[in-house]
Amino acid sequence: MKNELIHLNHISKSYNGKVVLDDLDLIIHENEFVTILGPSGCGKTTTLRILAGFETPDIGSVIFSGKDITNLPPNKRQLNTVFQNYALFTHMNVAENIAFGLKIKKQSRSYIEDKIQYALKLVGLEGFEKRSVNNLSGGQQQRVAIARAIVNEPRVLLLDEPLGALDLKLRQDMQYELIRMKNELSITFIYVTHDQQEALTMSDTIVVMNQGYIQQMGTPEEIYNEPENAFVADFIGDSNLFPGIFVRDEMITIDGVPFACVDTGFGTNKPVDIVIRPEDVDLVPCGQGTVSGVVTDLIFKGVHYEMCVDVNGREWVSQSTMPCAVGEEVDISVHPFNIQVMNKPESEDEEAVKTDD
Amino acid sequence: MALIFLFMYAPIALLIVQSFNKSKSRGRWGGFTFEWYGSLFSDESIIEAFTNTITLALLSSLIAVVLGTAACIFLTKLKKRTRSILMGVANVPMLNADIVTGISFMLLFITLRIEFGYSTILLAHITFNIPYVILNVMPSYRDLNPHIYEAALDLGASPAYAFFKTVLPEILPAILSGGLMAFTMSIDDFIITHFTAGAGVQTLSTKIYSEVKLGIKPEMYALSSMIFLAVLILLILVNRVQGSSRKAQEEEV
Repeated sequence: MKNELIHLNHISKSYNGKVVLDDLDLIIHENEFVTILGPSGCGKTTTLRILAGFETPDIGSVIFSGKDITNLPPNKRQLNTVFQNYALFTHMNVAENIAFGLKIKKQSRSYIEDKIQYALKLVGLEGFEKRSVNNLSGGQQQRVAIARAIVNEPRVLLLDEPLGALDLKLRQDMQYELIRMKNELSITFIYVTHDQQEALTMSDTIVVMNQGYIQQMGTPEEIYNEPENAFVADFIGDSNLFPGIFVRDEMITIDGVPFACVDTGFGTNKPVDIVIRPEDVDLVPCGQGTVSGVVTDLIFKGVHYEMCVDVNGREWVSQSTMPCAVGEEVDISVHPFNIQVMNKPESEDEEAVKTDD
Repeated sequence: MALIFLFMYAPIALLIVQSFNKSKSRGRWGGFTFEWYGSLFSDESIIEAFTNTITLALLSSLIAVVLGTAACIFLTKLKKRTRSILMGVANVPMLNADIVTGISFMLLFITLRIEFGYSTILLAHITFNIPYVILNVMPSYRDLNPHIYEAALDLGASPAYAFFKTVLPEILPAILSGGLMAFTMSIDDFIITHFTAGAGVQTLSTKIYSEVKLGIKPEMYALSSMIFLAVLILLILVNRVQGSSRKAQEEEV
C-alpha cells in the first residue's frame, strides 16, 4: 500500500456563518494524482487553500507526513501551487519568474541556471528564458506557472483549475502533458476542477465534493460505473436518473416496468434511485426489449448519436452509433449489469442534485 | 476654441514675456534681459523660500505616498460598503475649498497649541496630499491579481519580501504618478500654506504674495514663470507615467 502523505483531519470551515467545509476527512498518498471535483461553491478551492496555508480551518487539522502543519504559514510548507489565473509576476521575464523561489532559498547561480533549463525543458518552453510573460499565450503562461512551482521540488503540487482558461484542444493536450510531468517528477498532484472529463482522464483518485461534503471517493472507473448517490451520477457524465422501486434482490421496477439488475441487499419494495448511462440504453426493434417508446429527438454528437425516447411520458436518453429516426417506435433493452441502484438521500444536505454550473 | 485657449494662456504668456523685460515699467518693452532671474538667485530669502518649498513638497509627497498606499491596502481588505464610504470620506478634502482647509488647520493647530512653523505646514501638506495618492494607487491596486502576493508566499517568500518584490513593482507606476501629483500640489499650494505657516517660514508662493503686497517687483514675474514651468513639467511627467502604466496594463490583457 502507498504511504500516507497528507491527512485532512475532520476539517470544518465557514465564512460569515456560511458553512463551506463540513467535517471533511481526506487522506492523500504519496505519488498520487488526486482530483477534487465538484460544482462551483462546493468547497474544493477552500480545501486547496487550506492545504496551501492561505486559510486555516475552524475545526480540524492538516497533517503532512506525520506533522501537524495546520498553523504553518504558506512560505514554510513543502507544497507549491499553480494558480487558476497563473499569478505570474508580470514585471519579470520567464527565467526570473521561475527563479523566484530558488533565489529565496539562496541557491547558487549555477544551480538556479540548471534548474531553469530543466524546468523549461519539462514544460516544453526551451529558449523562452528572456521572454516577457506578458507576451506569452495562455497555454505558455500556464507552463511557466507550472515550471515556477516545480523547480522548488515540492512534495505536492496543488493545481487550482489550471486549465480553465484554455480552449478545448489545448486543454486536452495539457491533460496529457500534466500526466507526463507527474510521472516524470513522481510527486503528488492535487488537482481541483469542475470538469468531470478532466478528472476522469487524469486522476488516480477522484474526490467528488458538493456543499462541503465528500460525496464519493474512488478511482475514475468506480466513480463512473458505480456512483454512490444521485449527485455523483448526475455530475459525472450523462445519465438517466430515475426514481425506482427495489422489489427484491436483482429485480427493480421503473414506472412499474420490471427490470432485472445485479444489485442485492437494498431491502424489499424500497424506493431507490436508478442510474443508467445513455450508452447502456440499447434501442432494439419492437418486441425485443423490456419496454416500448417513441424516438422524439435525434442529435449527432460526433462519435455517436444521442436519441431521446419517450416511454409513457418519461424521457430516456440513449447514445449509439446507429441512429433511429424521430417518430420511430422502438423497444428499450438494458443489460442487468448496467443498472446502478442507489439509496435515496437520507438528509436534505445530501439531496443536492442541482448543480450551479 | 482658439479664443478659449487664448484667454487661458494669454496671462501666463504675458507673465513670461514680462519676466524678460528689461524695463521696470510694465507698459514698455525695454529689451531682453535675464537680470530679474539673476537677482532672484542672489536673494537669500528667496533661496530659502525655494529650499522650503522643495523640501516640503518632497517630504510631504513621500510621506503621503507611504500613508496613501498603506491606506489603499487597508481599504481593499474592507467590505465593499465600508470601503466606498471611507473612499468618499477620503476624497472630500480634495474637493474642499482650500481656504476652508487652511482655516480649519490653523484652528486645529491653535487648539492643540502646536507652534506654527515648518512642521505645521508639513503636516497640512501631507494631509491634503494623501487623497491624491489614494486616487492614483487605488485603481491599480484593485486591478492587481490578488494571487500574485499569495504566489510569492507559496514560493517561500516572507510577507514583507513578497510585498516588496511582487506587489510593489506592479503598482509602482501608480505610486509614482500619485507621488508626482502630490509633489505638484504641494509646490502649487498657497492658501493652506499661508494659514499654517505663521511667521518666519516662507515658501515661494507665500513669498511672492508678501512681496506683491509691498509693490510688484519684476523678480516676482521671473519667479512665477519658473513655478509655472516647474508645475508644467511635473504635470507632463505625471501624464507620462500614467500613460505608460496604462499601456502596460493593456498589454497584460
